Amino acid sequence: MTGKLKAPNTNPIGSLFRHQIFIPLAALILLVLFNLIADPSFFQITYGHNSAGNPVLSGNLMTIIDCGSELAILAIGMTLVTAASGGQDISVGAAIAIAGSVLLRVLCGSESRPTELHAPIFVAFLVSCVVAMLFGAFNGILVAGFKIQPMVATLILFTAGRSIAAWVNNNELPIVSEESFTIFGGYIPGIPIPTPFFIALICFAVTWAVLKFTNLRLYIQSVGINEKTSRLNGLNPAVIKFSTYVLLGLCVAVAALIKVSRLSTINYSVIAKDIEMDAILAVALGGNSLSGGKFNMGASILGAYVIQFLTTTLYKFDVQSDALSAYKAIVVIALVIFSAPVVREKMAAAWKKLRAPKSIRHQA
Amino acid sequence: MKASKIFSAVLATVICGSMAVGCNQGGKDDSNGLIKVGIINNDPNESGYRTANDKDLKATFCEANGYDASFSYSLKNDEQIAFAQKFIQDEVDYLLLSAADTAGWDSVLKDAKDAGVKVILFDRTIDADESLYEASIVSDMAKEGETAVEWLKGQSLDKYEIIHLQGQMGSAAQKGRSGALDDAANELGWKIVSQQTAEWSAEKAQQIVQSVIDSGESFNVIYAENDDMAKGAVAALDKANISHGVGKDVIIMGFDCNKWALEELKAQNWNYDGQCNPFQSSYIQDIIKKLENGETLSQKTIIMDEKGFDAATITQEDVEKYGI
Repeated sequence: MTGKLKAPNTNPIGSLFRHQIFIPLAALILLVLFNLIADPSFFQITYGHNSAGNPVLSGNLMTIIDCGSELAILAIGMTLVTAASGGQDISVGAAIAIAGSVLLRVLCGSESRPTELHAPIFVAFLVSCVVAMLFGAFNGILVAGFKIQPMVATLILFTAGRSIAAWVNNNELPIVSEESFTIFGGYIPGIPIPTPFFIALICFAVTWAVLKFTNLRLYIQSVGINEKTSRLNGLNPAVIKFSTYVLLGLCVAVAALIKVSRLSTINYSVIAKDIEMDAILAVALGGNSLSGGKFNMGASILGAYVIQFLTTTLYKFDVQSDALSAYKAIVVIALVIFSAPVVREKMAAAWKKLRAPKSIRHQA
Repeated sequence: MKASKIFSAVLATVICGSMAVGCNQGGKDDSNGLIKVGIINNDPNESGYRTANDKDLKATFCEANGYDASFSYSLKNDEQIAFAQKFIQDEVDYLLLSAADTAGWDSVLKDAKDAGVKVILFDRTIDADESLYEASIVSDMAKEGETAVEWLKGQSLDKYEIIHLQGQMGSAAQKGRSGALDDAANELGWKIVSQQTAEWSAEKAQQIVQSVIDSGESFNVIYAENDDMAKGAVAALDKANISHGVGKDVIIMGFDCNKWALEELKAQNWNYDGQCNPFQSSYIQDIIKKLENGETLSQKTIIMDEKGFDAATITQEDVEKYGI
């Protein structure tokens, strides 16, 4: 859609440089090339069985689509919030702790080691969705209604969230022993691909459909680009901003289900730690402007998997895990420089120059 | 502009409100011969250890036992120091402290001394002059590590290929537990396949072990510095169908003795769990009683008894008694 609006471009490769998905794609190709050269066995996928006897595919690529999925789901919500309100929600990690805690509270009642579940998993998930969306709504009201800067508004929940999560379960750390609960973070019996990836695919499909068949994209982008003009055109910017925060709440609940299911338990202080920074990084890596406006959902999602690709690569090469954030910082610096309009224009111009002499020769 | 004013007004109200709550708690005192105790601890949500520690303190320092106790929690040193100043103003008899950080306590503890407040440290030591506190009740983390490593030596495996999952780097527990293993590995030529910090987190531990499995390196011991990380490691092993536990391919070692971890031990899925005793309150109570009777303490630093449990010998009683 955005492509049609652009002036017709004569140089396809030059336009590639300006295209949004170029950044995450370039990062991905860089990582793939690095791994191919350093150790091609990185891409090996083996077929085996897990201890429950279910067939599983394992290997680094599987780990990436498995562990990157929560981040990709969060990136969907974070992209919408960023585009509409021109700021980021830094409370998603704490909100995951709350949603996960509510999920376990409903499943386990007040027991910390229930022998059987107190409610169907589906019901518990719905309740946690509602709660997460309520917390999203709280952020949304602060941002849209009171016009507080998103980062400051969500700082409240960022600070308080993990304590609220602990309070929901009376400081207990419940453990679910029910086998079927592990499906969401593990494998569906008989299917060798990790479930989180399927959940993520469903989320992508729903998002794609919503953006394709409703006006949400147009509304969000216009509010993000210019609030005043969109109000003059009959949109209510407050409602649109508010709704993006509620949608992010929904993404949080889905991510929380996966996280909690992975280990069938929760630890309030470390679950989804620092994931908000990765989610924001995914949006930035997707080439989206962090000050709002136009967005490219596919690029954000790809960005999320690229971050996990980076993490897995670093683990593979035995980089100290407490140094991971330093490497991510390097990526951020590279990104900021790379996505600066000045640099990208220069690059496109340099490419043109490279091409120009050839075409002259052709004519001659 | 207006919005930010409203916001700051709300914030101010909230802060005043929370202060008022704090005052109420400290306010009801005097008379009825209760011993007034101010307790500064780390956030109970930090870990299962801390939750158990907080519960134990709350159970002991209650009115029924003759105490008027106030609790404050923070993981930040400066906030803890502010709490301490407040307790000194409230004229508590005893100040019990589990410091977030070892440094920075001198001046506030001097104030406490001048005000006649007796200070007892629990769980964590601080870098301050010994004369500033009455006693310190701590775990010897290095000894915990040594006990675990001794146990591992005793297994006399054909080869030692160890994945070492470390806690938050620089914490006392991490230093003590890592130190013992590092020494043994150097001395006996054990191979450390991977040494990574998972920052006490099960998720991270799972990813780290997953990456070792994906790389195809062989290993037969997982030395995790807490139970959560051991749990994460086991989740990765289960995924790859690598057997673990007593008489299986991989030995699983954890620390902290969470109840669920001891149950895993009992079920022979894990092999070893080292205790980190969170139950300091009985020791503290002894000290307070002695001080109240005017006795002098024979030693300043009291190191608590801590055990290590072996899956082969653990009993249901142990699980009930030592599980936290």
